[in-house]
Amino acid sequence: MKAMIIKEFRQLRRDRRTLAMMIVMPVILLVILGYAASFDVSRIPTVLAGPSARQVAALRRPPFEVVGTVPAAQAQSQLRDGHAAVAIVTGGARPVVLIDGSQLFTARAAEQALATMPARLSVRVLYNPELKTSDIMIPGIAGVILVFIGTVITSLGVVRERQSGTLEQLAVMPLRPRDVFLGKITPYFAVAAVDLAVVLAVGVAVFGVPFRGSPAVFALGALLFVFVTLGIGVLISSVSQNQGQAIQLAIMTLLPQVLLSGLIFPLSSIVAGVRWIAYLLPLTYFNEIARGVMLRAEPLTALWQPFLYLALLGAAVMTLAMLRFRSFLAPSAAAPEPDAGPGTGPDTEPVLAGTGEPS
Amino acid sequence: MKAARAARAAGISRPSDGHPPRSAWGLSGVSVRYGHHLALDGATLRAVPGQITAVVGGDGAGKTTLLRCAAGALPPSDGQVSVPGIRQIGYLSPSGGIYPDLTVEENLSFRAAAFGLPPAQARARVAEHLDRTGLAAAHARLAGNLSGGMRKKLGVIAALLSGSALLPGPALLVLDEPTTGVDPVSRADLWWLIAQAAAGGAAVLFATTYLDEAQRAGQVLVLDAGRPLASGTAAEIVAAMPGVIRPLAARPTGQRPLAWRRAGQWRVWDPAGTPGASPALSPDLQDAVVVAALAREEARP
Repeated sequence: MKAMIIKEFRQLRRDRRTLAMMIVMPVILLVILGYAASFDVSRIPTVLAGPSARQVAALRRPPFEVVGTVPAAQAQSQLRDGHAAVAIVTGGARPVVLIDGSQLFTARAAEQALATMPARLSVRVLYNPELKTSDIMIPGIAGVILVFIGTVITSLGVVRERQSGTLEQLAVMPLRPRDVFLGKITPYFAVAAVDLAVVLAVGVAVFGVPFRGSPAVFALGALLFVFVTLGIGVLISSVSQNQGQAIQLAIMTLLPQVLLSGLIFPLSSIVAGVRWIAYLLPLTYFNEIARGVMLRAEPLTALWQPFLYLALLGAAVMTLAMLRFRSFLAPSAAAPEPDAGPGTGPDTEPVLAGTGEPS
Repeated sequence: MKAARAARAAGISRPSDGHPPRSAWGLSGVSVRYGHHLALDGATLRAVPGQITAVVGGDGAGKTTLLRCAAGALPPSDGQVSVPGIRQIGYLSPSGGIYPDLTVEENLSFRAAAFGLPPAQARARVAEHLDRTGLAAAHARLAGNLSGGMRKKLGVIAALLSGSALLPGPALLVLDEPTTGVDPVSRADLWWLIAQAAAGGAAVLFATTYLDEAQRAGQVLVLDAGRPLASGTAAEIVAAMPGVIRPLAARPTGQRPLAWRRAGQWRVWDPAGTPGASPALSPDLQDAVVVAALAREEARP
């Protein structure tokens, strides 16, 4: 048994990445999740609409935080476009409070806070009137599934090429790196698209999740999102030596996306020191788009921000993935040192990758 | 253009039209460094169309590194590599380059498609090869389930699927240990494939650890620890052997271990070739290679 233990420790020591993960990961996870894991809502962005704001003076206190004043007709669009979670419309017999039900925890906090108010109000929950969890979870879970296909499965498929030794063969075939790259990710792209359609169909048919917005806007968002996740997958595989390492890295990108993207914990409840991570995660933006389109029928014009960030993320990740993939395809790049001689400069890469040949 | 310039800078020259009007491909004074390790040190080799050239040497001799340079998969640190265009090179990499989760047929059609060969033409080209090497019956089997010998045959057949529709077959066929770990019958099949390719005009370059195989090649390059030990035809290498070899009845007891065991018998190398007690053996390639290695050991201070 002692021999076995020693052997195992030796192997573990060689696999630096796993070792680092075993030691560093728990600490990072604990710190991030400790600050992120909060369902508490301390701040509810509220807009006041209508002529007599004085009527609702009682509401101008925490957790409600007035972020703007608009004409009564715009109250609902303020909620739809995500500018506020609560709108208080005055001018009628009694003030009407509109609550955005697609922000589940915020909506519940608002309901609780309103219950303690002495003022006579009529409360209406929009977009998710029954405050159903499935309505807000399923659009996000569709995103998680896309991350799974895009990142985990893609990274495995590409690194398999290195492990089986077929990568070297690919490098000397008359294929351009771009062909290999696109050829690699297209099947995963197709599978992700089918998966998304199935998840949405089941969500709508079985769980009764509404789909109120434009399918085209949703599809565009999903397309951008899948693009980013596929790029991350290729990136992971290009820095992994084997499928085990690829899985570890892929899980490392999956976990924070599940926990920090606003899928489970409201973004506004995450401590600012950790919240910035959320804005680097593609799922955060997909979540905004999916919930916005499906539950609130947000138009593209109101969603330009998540679309823009997703596009920027996609461009950055894809460029990086493509560059890494080129050197990944050149088998010698890993071996000789840059100063080894005149033949190993970066300018030799096109030859190795076979770009000199028409295809 | 940029790629061509980069290729020249890397010491790889390729004809612009990709067709093989030249008499031979080859490497000249090629060295490869991996970090501080000199894997190949000044190797020179000619690969003549229609001829088989063997690269022999033990493990770590630099055979794979040399072949990777010839296949265009690795730029040399030093020296010149002259090879045809990437389309005209058929390469069997050390791992075989075969996908274990694809069938025999699927592997071959992928390779043909990657080289832009029409499927019907590719099928016609491999039909005889599959049939002759006993792979025809296994065409629908997953490559991962093939025996080691069958997988090697598949790898070689796949390597033959280079070239173009107009100019089928490789101009340069680079095979990294096609016969290692293969039973004698399969080895004969593999040799048939290799000979066919050479007869079809390909310059064949193959690495092997078996000296009896190298003896069948037109040209032989012997590598030892990255350095060329001997080169030429097998007969030339044998003829150039210094001294003589004598049989020994028992393990020698002398200071210098210039003896080795072969086929159950001891042999000793006498560098000076002094007329001695026992008659000299007529050496073959294997003896000549052993002697060359011993001579290099001797020359070391």
